[in-house]
Amino acid sequence: MELLSLSAVELGAAIGTGKATAVEAMEAVLGRIAEAEEELHCYITIDKEKALERAQSVQRRIEAGELTGPLAGVPMAIKDNLCTEGMLTTCASRILGNFVPTYTAQAVQNMERAGAVIIGKTNMDEFAMGSTTETSAYGITRNPYGREHVPGGSSGGSAAAVAARECFFALGSDTGGSIRQPASHCGVVGMKPTYGTVSRFGLIAYGSSLDQVGPLCRTVEDCAVILGILAADSQDGSQGDSRIEDGMGRQAVGEKPQNQEIFGAESHSPDSGLNAGQGIRQKTGQNAGQKAGGQAVRKDSTYLGRKDIDFTSALKKDVRGMRIGIPRDYFGQGLDGEVRRAVLAAAECLRENGAAVEEFDLSLAEYAIPAYYTIAAAEASSNLERFDGIKYGYRAADAEELHQMYKKTRSQGFGPEVKRRIMLGSFVLSSGYYDAYYLKALRVKAMIKKAFDDAFARYDCILGPVAPATAPKLGESLDDPLKMYLGDIYTISVNLAGLPAISVPCGADKNGLPIGLQLIGDCFAEKKILQAAYTYEQLKKA
Amino acid sequence: MANIISDETIEYVGILAKLSLSEEEREQAKKDMGRMLDYIDKLNELDTTGVEPMSHVFAVSNVFREDEVTGGDGREEVLRNAPEQKDDMFVVPNVMSH
Amino acid sequence: MSKQYETVIGLEVHVELATRTKIFCGCSTAFGGKPNSHTCPVCTGMPGTLPVLNRKVLEHAVAVGLATNCRITRYCKFDRKNYFYPDNPQNYQISQLYLPICRDGYVEIDLEEEAGETEAEGAETETGRKGTKAGGEETKDERKGTKAGGERTDARWGMDGEKAAPRRKKRIGIHEIHMEEDAGKLIHDDWEDCTLVDYNRSGVPLIEIVSEPDMRNAREVIAYLEKLRLIIQYLGASDCKLQEGSMRADVNLSVRQVGDTRLGTRTEMKNLNSFHAIARAIEGEKLRQIDLLEAGEAVVQETRRWDDLKGASYAMRSKEDAQDYRYFPDPDLAPVSIDDAFLEEIRARQPEFRTEKMARYRAEYDIPDYDIEIITGSKSMADLFEATVALGAQPKKASNWLMGETLRLLKERELDPEDIRFSPEHLAKLIELAEGKIINSTVAKEVFEHMFEEDVDPEEYVEEHGLKMVSDGDDLRKVVEEVIAANPKSVEDYKGGKERALGFLVGQTMKAMKGKADPAVVNQMLKGML
Repeated sequence: MELLSLSAVELGAAIGTGKATAVEAMEAVLGRIAEAEEELHCYITIDKEKALERAQSVQRRIEAGELTGPLAGVPMAIKDNLCTEGMLTTCASRILGNFVPTYTAQAVQNMERAGAVIIGKTNMDEFAMGSTTETSAYGITRNPYGREHVPGGSSGGSAAAVAARECFFALGSDTGGSIRQPASHCGVVGMKPTYGTVSRFGLIAYGSSLDQVGPLCRTVEDCAVILGILAADSQDGSQGDSRIEDGMGRQAVGEKPQNQEIFGAESHSPDSGLNAGQGIRQKTGQNAGQKAGGQAVRKDSTYLGRKDIDFTSALKKDVRGMRIGIPRDYFGQGLDGEVRRAVLAAAECLRENGAAVEEFDLSLAEYAIPAYYTIAAAEASSNLERFDGIKYGYRAADAEELHQMYKKTRSQGFGPEVKRRIMLGSFVLSSGYYDAYYLKALRVKAMIKKAFDDAFARYDCILGPVAPATAPKLGESLDDPLKMYLGDIYTISVNLAGLPAISVPCGADKNGLPIGLQLIGDCFAEKKILQAAYTYEQLKKA
Repeated sequence: MANIISDETIEYVGILAKLSLSEEEREQAKKDMGRMLDYIDKLNELDTTGVEPMSHVFAVSNVFREDEVTGGDGREEVLRNAPEQKDDMFVVPNVMSH
Repeated sequence: MSKQYETVIGLEVHVELATRTKIFCGCSTAFGGKPNSHTCPVCTGMPGTLPVLNRKVLEHAVAVGLATNCRITRYCKFDRKNYFYPDNPQNYQISQLYLPICRDGYVEIDLEEEAGETEAEGAETETGRKGTKAGGEETKDERKGTKAGGERTDARWGMDGEKAAPRRKKRIGIHEIHMEEDAGKLIHDDWEDCTLVDYNRSGVPLIEIVSEPDMRNAREVIAYLEKLRLIIQYLGASDCKLQEGSMRADVNLSVRQVGDTRLGTRTEMKNLNSFHAIARAIEGEKLRQIDLLEAGEAVVQETRRWDDLKGASYAMRSKEDAQDYRYFPDPDLAPVSIDDAFLEEIRARQPEFRTEKMARYRAEYDIPDYDIEIITGSKSMADLFEATVALGAQPKKASNWLMGETLRLLKERELDPEDIRFSPEHLAKLIELAEGKIINSTVAKEVFEHMFEEDVDPEEYVEEHGLKMVSDGDDLRKVVEEVIAANPKSVEDYKGGKERALGFLVGQTMKAMKGKADPAVVNQMLKGML
């Protein structure tokens, strides 16, 4: 069996039925890495021996019947801004060049509990600031579809690793398009869920109100399965997580998922999923109830603990009656002709299969970028203050005075793009400018959210491009930061409004560089965009 | 450029952000920040009168922990990555000397 | 000519809340422990870690707000205060600026009227100096200002036993109360000329109570602090110990000429670890500002650090310390919205405060008003008293032990009532022993002292040391006979009508009995035998 050609779910099924083992899968991936990695440089850290050991241990647990989930034994790559206990986590920055966390990000922990096996940590833009993976302190990553091109960013290493089959799927993070855009540039599926769907615990923050963890993978089905695991509320060392694994385990691929009762056991409103906002009063017994129900000790106040996460239930090849809106603003000046044609062709394909597709004016798209860069830079300037050379990471030598130590450490430890955003963020928050810049941006954010609310009153999803053009050439973007920021125009308003969005391959340009289609859903409406994406993927395959 | 960033501003922001820039970086930073602020000024085209600033996307409130001790002695873990430590404490330059 | 100045003071009081765990993580708040032993990735600012609010912190903050007549903010948020300092692991402190939990409250302080106090404060602050400006003539410092409030700084609620002087009440406004996290501790290492950081206190919950600039002198400041402390201790929201830092006050002070309605430029004084230091710092800063103004200079708005040993303050400002905190709402924490039911729940849990307690004591216990005032002046003293009475002790007796021996020893040892270590059970037992004539009063005092020191069980102690009064007549008779035989001169004197000689014989008997006899019985026996 050619393992490398399988999707993550297909591989999981092969391992689950004994047709392959976790160790064989890891060996296949490591073999591929040996061939391709030197040129592509998708990873910052790989420890082959440890990866194989982990695969062996997972294989034993699969054989013992302890791990039965759809992804048990499947090798995965982790973006290097997700903390992994005992494994170097650099954020592609010199300032964390020697940082070995003593804890694991909740998202990674969820995947490991489901039996997925870590291969290594992928390259990215430093602190996820960038759209090309070129701001990494550890070298560039090349696009598997065009070696002189960037893979996109900031999750460029993860996207390239999936595209080059150096892993079966990868985790990334998306603050302004950092999953969707590299997925688009590398011809893979990438999804940013509704803000709060996946715990941010252990994700090294860039823009806290915008960051979400999500999958980069080969198929929409993989995407739905991974997202379900990422979003699950599991409790440290208790029965909670084994229940989740059981739930996922019983859920055979393509079948109607049975995990609904597992996740739906507690009372909740399935539409909102907003159970994080519990009543303020402490009810006797509520505590115990939470624990029995597998409620984790909270580590992220913004994590919603959604129960409507049986995303595989949306894997239906059917868009009849689905209302799809195409924002005219997304197809104006600046959009590459080939990208436009490919995206509109995808829209036409869905229309031909029964979707009600129409154009509309979303408005405000052009204001999303300045609002985003103000908010993200402000939050980043504060989030990155903790990197000071005292508790972990790089510390400049020979600084005798405290503030000198801070300045030397940070000036030597951060790269130019990170410094640029920290400076901007510190400025927009500083005395006298807070109202004019930061509050103004938050007001515009509210208006953008409102514009989406209005749109989703009429449409099930919004369809558009992911990026204005296919992957640029290496080195082209760095000279002009503002131009690079403009490339985020179609992705960032989604982060500002907290919406879910998926990037699905929809063709290639004349040079063979992939083009991505973006489907944006209303908050908590992942299933709608997954269904549209799945339908499109299946139609295209046929 | 409508926004001219002065040396003083860069110096001041450097103090706030604890970054010291070389001469070259400083000139670049002045240019970059000026251009970004020009771009951000675009927001002023929008009338936001009466719009509440939105810091949190969802109306989720009241996320609590109960007052129960969950951590043990965290010394070993917390100090593991320390660039310099002494007597189970982090070492920093003398804060009284300036 | 000399101008008259008025001092305007506002306080920022930080109170460490009595929770088991820190404000945003599950680490213990217990005092002591090895450095960094009460820490985790969250309270040391490790990358990727996130805060989750401790519900108890909110409950305490709201309880204090209600008890100080504040408006509770129904929708409040946390903000980040950004500044680099090693005691602050994230280099931002999570606090509240834009929507603090409580606003617009007040407490009423009760002041003893002092002679001349009703006149302009200027009487106290008059500088009494001439021509400092042009003349260049050195003038001696002739300030008449008494040490403001000095006489009351080490006395608590008239513990020194003075009878109440005439009183006036004054309302001190509370601008706001907000929740925030404490910082770690910096320890100076002289040996290696570096600073060591311990994050055990990092993330310990605090409330900061910001007063209006309603105070005019140190006595008002201290009365205000004592009032706050009492309220908060009654609530059980904190133990409020200044020395241990669980209550800390920063003083904002400005001066202006009497009659001026505008506020002068203020300074903020930090590092005030006792009421005494607060009083001295207020006096020192007032004079420093007046000196500046008299010299035609301006007061600079700045933060100053009080050095109590030197009796002077120093500006803390440095070029690297821009004091531009770039506050913005913390995106990592959900807002808090408070509904009526929650407020009701907190309100229902509010304890009996001092005024109610005093009224109840008057109605229930037959003890003097003065005792009531002292006992209710400390929550722990009141708790001890009530528990002792509940165990069956007579209120008057329990009160006597607290008012007498307890206060005496506290004063002698320079302790606060919160430091009392003996249990109500032991006090009740001691009272029982004394009342049941098992021990005499001298022995009782001796036992009490041991109880005060080490909380010994008085019953066991008396047993172990054989301190019971001897009631066996034969033993006592034998000793009395010996005393009579050994003191023929006194016997003669007594028989000759000198009553005082009997007292001497009683004393000799008691001495021989090592105090374990009832003097009344000895007296009777001697009389009979002579």
